[in-house]
Amino acid sequence: MKRQRFFATLGAGLALATVAACTGSSTAAPSVPPSPTAKVTGTVEFWHFFTGREEAAIKTAVADFHTKYPDITVNVHGGQDDEKMLKAIAAGQPIDLALSSTTDRAGKFCQSGAFKDLKGYIDRDKLDLTQFPDAVLAYTQFNGVRCTLPMLSDVYGLYYNKAMLAAAGVNEPPKTLGELTALAKKLTVLNPDGSIKVAGFVPLMGWYENAPAHFAPSYGSKWLNADATSAIGGDPTWQEMAKWQKDLVDYYGVDKLTKFTSGLGQEFSADNAFEKGKVAMVIDGEYRSAFVTAEAPTLPYATAPFPTGDNHTDLYGGGYITGNIMGIGKGSTNPEAAWLLMKYLTTDTDAMVKLANSIKNVPTTKAALSSPKLEADANYTTFLKIFADPHSSTTPASPTGSQYQDTMADFFTKWQTGKVSDLQAALNDVDKQINDALALATGP
Amino acid sequence: MALALTARRAGPVPAPLRAKRRRDRLTVLAFLAPWLIGLSVFFIYPLVMTLYYSFTRFDLVTAPHWIGLRNYEFFLTKDPKVWQAVRNTAWLVVILVPARMIFGLGVSMVLTTVRRGGGLFRTLFYLPALAPPVAATLAFVFMFNPETGPVNVGLAKIGIQGPLWFNDPAWAKPALVLLGLWGIGDLMIIFLASLLDVPKDQYEAAALDGVRPWQRFRYITFPNIRPVLTFGAVTGVIAALQYFTEASVAATVASGKANVGEGIGTTLGYPDGSTLTYPQWLFVKGFSDYALGYASALAVLLFAVSVIFTVILLRKAQAFTPTEESLR
Repeated sequence: MKRQRFFATLGAGLALATVAACTGSSTAAPSVPPSPTAKVTGTVEFWHFFTGREEAAIKTAVADFHTKYPDITVNVHGGQDDEKMLKAIAAGQPIDLALSSTTDRAGKFCQSGAFKDLKGYIDRDKLDLTQFPDAVLAYTQFNGVRCTLPMLSDVYGLYYNKAMLAAAGVNEPPKTLGELTALAKKLTVLNPDGSIKVAGFVPLMGWYENAPAHFAPSYGSKWLNADATSAIGGDPTWQEMAKWQKDLVDYYGVDKLTKFTSGLGQEFSADNAFEKGKVAMVIDGEYRSAFVTAEAPTLPYATAPFPTGDNHTDLYGGGYITGNIMGIGKGSTNPEAAWLLMKYLTTDTDAMVKLANSIKNVPTTKAALSSPKLEADANYTTFLKIFADPHSSTTPASPTGSQYQDTMADFFTKWQTGKVSDLQAALNDVDKQINDALALATGP
Repeated sequence: MALALTARRAGPVPAPLRAKRRRDRLTVLAFLAPWLIGLSVFFIYPLVMTLYYSFTRFDLVTAPHWIGLRNYEFFLTKDPKVWQAVRNTAWLVVILVPARMIFGLGVSMVLTTVRRGGGLFRTLFYLPALAPPVAATLAFVFMFNPETGPVNVGLAKIGIQGPLWFNDPAWAKPALVLLGLWGIGDLMIIFLASLLDVPKDQYEAAALDGVRPWQRFRYITFPNIRPVLTFGAVTGVIAALQYFTEASVAATVASGKANVGEGIGTTLGYPDGSTLTYPQWLFVKGFSDYALGYASALAVLLFAVSVIFTVILLRKAQAFTPTEESLR
């Protein structure tokens, strides 16, 4: 009897704790803060993902902020990815300002309320949003809720080895993917046993920066409809991309390519295949130039917009844009100071230019882009032009984060290894998987 | 007995005795308290909450929203990747666990027969178990690199073209099994202890009766070490159901890429989902896609399967204790 009572009490306690835990959190309503009556002071807990050389640049920017606002102390927490940040926010940890490395989770951050709605601050301080390019503005909000501001962006283009192209009698980079294919074949060098010694271009999806998202602007491919359902199966450009990619994979042979890539160095290491001259052309972000300068300063390389699909030459000049996004954590204990730091890092021209010069990312305000202080050599200028090109695009924000991109990447893995017989049916299945995941995340 | 109990219940218990009993119970409870608190806070409460979350849509930040059985329906009908993870995990349970047990037992039996240098061999076989899983996996991926690894280079020298190992969907899991066999030290040491514990007189009697080696193993060694084998099987199955670290490191290193753009779900499982395990998919859904409700449903199912496996194994093996019948 006593034992029963003990377990009944334990059960009741657990049930109570369960109910308490289930009702403890709720979606944060958009806050409209009043104008601060006193000088903003205190401490800002700033979480970001940068590490190593890039973290040092962030610390310098924060030190400059502290010089400008000596009453605000910033505790910088580097190397914090989205997963850690979201868990900390959910646990009620007071993250004042958070910097995420990807735009893919803007939908999650805004929809869930993990980051505060910035409308109140923006309206109150009359922050001019037109200082940001349209593509950047698009990826920092979701469904009309702006919970983030952009802080530097990544732009993707073509890196090519000038010496290898010159040796093949080519002086201009390819402008269409048909030209890239022909050039890749010309630049490929085989070993006596038939294995690949040097690849003109590695078309394997999943290798280094080869991702459907990064190739999509070359075809103007559409990911999602306005209601966040998949548009992939109904967009014929995806089939064009898949066929181009598979043709080149088949030219090399998927096993040969896999063996070749398995012997190459890690992407973010001094053994990077492009830096080592093992691959003549790659798609990569503007940040690669900083790595080349540090790790392979004598590499004869140049940059250009990534080639377009053969039937989409009008898109030439554009490319894939993504970037870092910054938001004020749901449980921030000093949002005013966090907002000040956020404004400084995202809109102060000198601060942004200084950061861009150190990290070699692309600035995200028009003023910083045209600043004479921006150190822009020919290779870096390519990316500034891609960034400004109207054909550049990004991946749309979705309530499911990057799941739709993961699903497409899975499709390409099967496709390139010859496991897909009916391309349209496979893309329809991609649609179904994306829509099912969306329904689970947002349905009634 | 029943009468005595009835009489005891019916009769009044003296107040001092009641107080003593209460004190005794409180004393027992006080001694049990640390365990009870730990069990409640770190096992029962998370278990109850996980069960609750499995019926909700939950993204960590907003309040859970009750959706009934939809997470389970999604698992059964709308998540093709989870079934790939289930198949991979089942493969590891069926292949990796028996392979490790057979190899561990074989090594232990050989070590019991070594006359000189047994300590040295025991140490050599046990040492890999001390290597951190991440470091050991890294080393293995580099050793089995199809292009530059010493394994394929060595095979090429004797005219064999080695497979792509961790880069080939057909060979990635067998390569993980080789890694598991290399780190056999933990199993080997308990099997060895158990083998050394088998009464020698039984072997001597068998020798006098002229039994063959297989009969000696079947009728003397096996019944004596069966409890330890059962323990190895149960813990091995549970570990295989939770297999995560080695597969994650192998996939990440072999893929040669950092996670840019897509979530971690595209790197885990490389190549072509062949090393994607059930716990990894649970992790991806929970902490990359933030579908905590669905991830909770996956966790509940994993827990249920673990319990079922354990109960079946224990029943089949008649628990950890050898019985008269098993030794007969």
